[in-house]
Amino acid sequence: MSQSLDAYLVLAGILFAIGSFGFLARRNAISMLMSIELMLNAVNLAIVAFGAFVPELNVHASVIALMVMAVAAAEATVGLAIVMAIYRNRRTPLVDEYDAMRQ
Amino acid sequence: MAIPDTVPLLGMSWNDVLFLLLAAGMLGCALLVVTLRDIIRCGIAMIAAFAALAGIYVLLGAPLVAAAQVLIYIGAIAVLILFAVMLTQAKNAPVRLVFQTQAIPAAVAAIVLAVIVALTVTATDWGDVGRRIATATDALARLLFNQYVLPFEVVSVLLLAAVIGGVFLAKREDRDA
Repeated sequence: MSQSLDAYLVLAGILFAIGSFGFLARRNAISMLMSIELMLNAVNLAIVAFGAFVPELNVHASVIALMVMAVAAAEATVGLAIVMAIYRNRRTPLVDEYDAMRQ
Repeated sequence: MAIPDTVPLLGMSWNDVLFLLLAAGMLGCALLVVTLRDIIRCGIAMIAAFAALAGIYVLLGAPLVAAAQVLIYIGAIAVLILFAVMLTQAKNAPVRLVFQTQAIPAAVAAIVLAVIVALTVTATDWGDVGRRIATATDALARLLFNQYVLPFEVVSVLLLAAVIGGVFLAKREDRDA
């Protein structure tokens, strides 16, 4: 089982689905950011799995995974800063109360 | 005393047992992340999920990616998220509703997505996919600093810009204080 590419890709797909559920369903902005991190991890797992099983991609996949991690760190920094900036104005971390543009 | 080739009483190889344990742990922790009510516990479960994923990277033969996973995700991103949790969650008002009203359609969509991905992956012929091969760290370093040196520098500039932007956004403004 640990020698088949399918197992890792299915695992990545399930992890991505869990992350997308969390992003769509949670009310808390920080929970949504955590779900985004889960989805990025799922994509990284798929990249590394392809790298481990396809010889031409082997080293390149690790490089791409490291780049994805760096971009994820940048995304987390800016995302959390935006959440804190909104929190300072609205005094709530719940995204369904950010309705100023709807009124 | 030598370690047997297969796990006693199960007849599976050690790699398979480790893969099953790590995969089950990672998926369980990920489910806890999206369902728990207390957001601090969500963060702790997220750290556990990242750690299990680092173990899976080791199983895949990518030790440098596993080390970077521990350093960047557990060491930097998770700690950053936990700090943001402590700065933004009001203690006196516990959140009654964890989920939005669209939680059930979201769950259906996520399950459909997982089924579609699983069916597509198992139905696709991936060509001559060989056995698992480990990634040599010295070859990785050589590639990263020769062929991929421009993306590497671009990523570092991106990180610098993100840090400056984060500081600017999160900075307390004195004029309305």
